[in-house]
Amino acid sequence: MIQAAIILFSALTIGGALAVLLTRNVLYSAFFLLLTLLGVAALFVLASADFLAVAQIMIYVGGVLVLIVFGVMLTHNSDPLSRNNQRSNAVLTNHRSWLWPLIMAGGMFTVLYQVLSRGLFVIINREPKYQTTVDTIGRQLMTEYLIPFEIAGILLLVALVGAAYLAMPKQEM
Amino acid sequence: METSTILIVAALLFSIGLAVVVVKRHAIVVLMGVELMLNAANLNLVAFSQYDPDRLQGQMMTLFVLVVAAAEAAVALAIVLQVYRHFRTVQLDEVNELNN
Repeated sequence: MIQAAIILFSALTIGGALAVLLTRNVLYSAFFLLLTLLGVAALFVLASADFLAVAQIMIYVGGVLVLIVFGVMLTHNSDPLSRNNQRSNAVLTNHRSWLWPLIMAGGMFTVLYQVLSRGLFVIINREPKYQTTVDTIGRQLMTEYLIPFEIAGILLLVALVGAAYLAMPKQEM
Repeated sequence: METSTILIVAALLFSIGLAVVVVKRHAIVVLMGVELMLNAANLNLVAFSQYDPDRLQGQMMTLFVLVVAAAEAAVALAIVLQVYRHFRTVQLDEVNELNN
């Protein structure tokens, strides 16, 4: 049962990622990225990380993806570059080479697959315990990871101020 | 074995993310490829973390990776917006000068 669910959500994740790679429409690839992120959240649940699955859905789907869709819409060009040959690298933009990137990605996956299939992970032979992780994560955040937690808060503040400053129009600077 | 399935899915996701970063010419799609690679790393961390239920070090690391990914996406999209205002395009091959 769990095995079937893992296969299903893995197919969802990989299919979404492949669609991001293959489609040429930027908005479609944003929506296929949504599919991939939801599949990853489901795999988090199946790997007994329930809090992280909720955090993934809230941060990625609710935050990052909305930001990406806003970016796609704000940078939408009504004059598509396929018809605009005046630009300096229009040929390079419209005819991309697929061979070397795919050889590189395929080679990397082959190497990783060989390593993963030959590797002997001793801890995997232990049986995982399915239990809620929320209280453990809360305890860890307030004890062992207190300083990284505070630094993450400061990083988010700095990113907020920096992004607002960078996105400001030039004449108001 | 469930864990090795998740690890292989993460390896495949990382390879696809790498291909997206290299193949695509649109700046926002390149950012999506970076997000795919970060998700693959998170999947690895979570897959190994379920055998460590007392300290959950992998899941804590994943939590901080999520925070850094959110900050990265916000700053990168602000930069993409400024690039679009300046060059009127976000195709990466045509943004080829520093001083215009």
